Amino acid sequence: MATETTAAAEGHVSPLGLEEAGKCVDSHGGAIGMPQLCPEWMGNQIFWLAVTLVVIFFVLSRVALPRIAAILAERQGTITNDIAAAEDLKVKAVEAESAYNKALADARADAQRIIAETKVGIKAELDDALAKADAEISARTAEGEKKIAEIRAGALESVEDVAKDTAQAIVAAMGGKADAKTVNAAVASRVKG
Amino acid sequence: MATETQDTAAQGMELVFHPMDQFIVKPLFGDGPVGMFTVTNVTLWMALAVLATIGLLVLGTSGRSTIPTRIQSIAELFYGFVRKMVEDVAGKDALPYFPYIMTLFVFIVFSNVLGLLPGAFTTTSHIAVTAVLAMAVFLTVTLMGFIKHGLGFLGVFWISAAPLPLRPILAMIEVISYFVRPVSHSIRLAGNMMAGHAVIKVFAAFAPMILIGWIGVLVTPLSIIAITAIYALEVLVAFIQAYVFAILTCVYLKDALHPHH
Repeated sequence: MATETTAAAEGHVSPLGLEEAGKCVDSHGGAIGMPQLCPEWMGNQIFWLAVTLVVIFFVLSRVALPRIAAILAERQGTITNDIAAAEDLKVKAVEAESAYNKALADARADAQRIIAETKVGIKAELDDALAKADAEISARTAEGEKKIAEIRAGALESVEDVAKDTAQAIVAAMGGKADAKTVNAAVASRVKG
Repeated sequence: MATETQDTAAQGMELVFHPMDQFIVKPLFGDGPVGMFTVTNVTLWMALAVLATIGLLVLGTSGRSTIPTRIQSIAELFYGFVRKMVEDVAGKDALPYFPYIMTLFVFIVFSNVLGLLPGAFTTTSHIAVTAVLAMAVFLTVTLMGFIKHGLGFLGVFWISAAPLPLRPILAMIEVISYFVRPVSHSIRLAGNMMAGHAVIKVFAAFAPMILIGWIGVLVTPLSIIAITAIYALEVLVAFIQAYVFAILTCVYLKDALHPHH
């Protein structure tokens, strides 16, 4: 800023005059007019631009672009492979699921069949056992009845005996002479009647 | 420009307006004249653009990772962006010219962005630079058109879709617009870069107002806000102008490859 106070010192030369003289910078290093239009510098700029563009072009076309293209292609390949693998796995998963469902259904059917068979088996055994038990019960009942009948018969005989004895004793006590045969016949007809 | 400062003296301080000084080409070493091969600030900032290119597109991709690092994904973004642009605008048969367009795009992007660093020199703000770029595109495209299609390339000027009486008139307009292309192509880029940087410098010159008078309390914050806003705009412009330059190159390339409308 301080240098500008002396700007008036060279102010006598008009900027246009300096430009016409081919100078682009005043004595203080300030620009005269548009530096873009200064012909002195154009050769320098064009030369360095050409160098720069050639360098960038070779860096890009030899190294950078093929490398990035390779990276992108590789990534595309990886993604395609991964998607294919994922599709495969998905198909496998669906297959596995259907196999599992089938196995489950089979197992259910098996279980139902086994249950039915077992039920039938148990029913048969049960019927068997019931029949056996019935037969035993009826056998035992028959036996019991037979025994009861025997006992009853035995009891009747005993009653007859006791009655005969009692009748003979009574007849003897009455002073009669008991004919055993007659007493027995009489008792037997009474007991039966 | 220096004369403007003479009127603004106040209380021993004055505002300094040198918006164009940032575009001066200087030798990097010593103080001699600027010859064709002198190492200048142009050399420095172009070299930095080359280094940035190498850093992003070569070193950034040296990992070659399938899952990219951040810098590698930026490099891939550049690649994919320009490649898609070439393919969409100029067609699949323009892909052999993709490295050429990529070179232009990368150089312009890095020059523009590096030029936004404070104190930097913006190589793409010079007509000499952008005119060479634009003329290179113009000559390449024109030569290629004639090599590929012979005189049939002139069909680019003959609008067969228009009614016959109109065609000669349209052809004249087409010829004129064809030769204006390199001019607009180069001035668009240089003008955008120069204007933005000069405006920032003008606003920056108002910033020390607070040291000069009470009005500076108002002007200084305003100028700083304006610098910030224009800087943001310039960041956008830096990319957009590189994009525009590249896409126009693709459009011209398409005309050369398919001259018949």
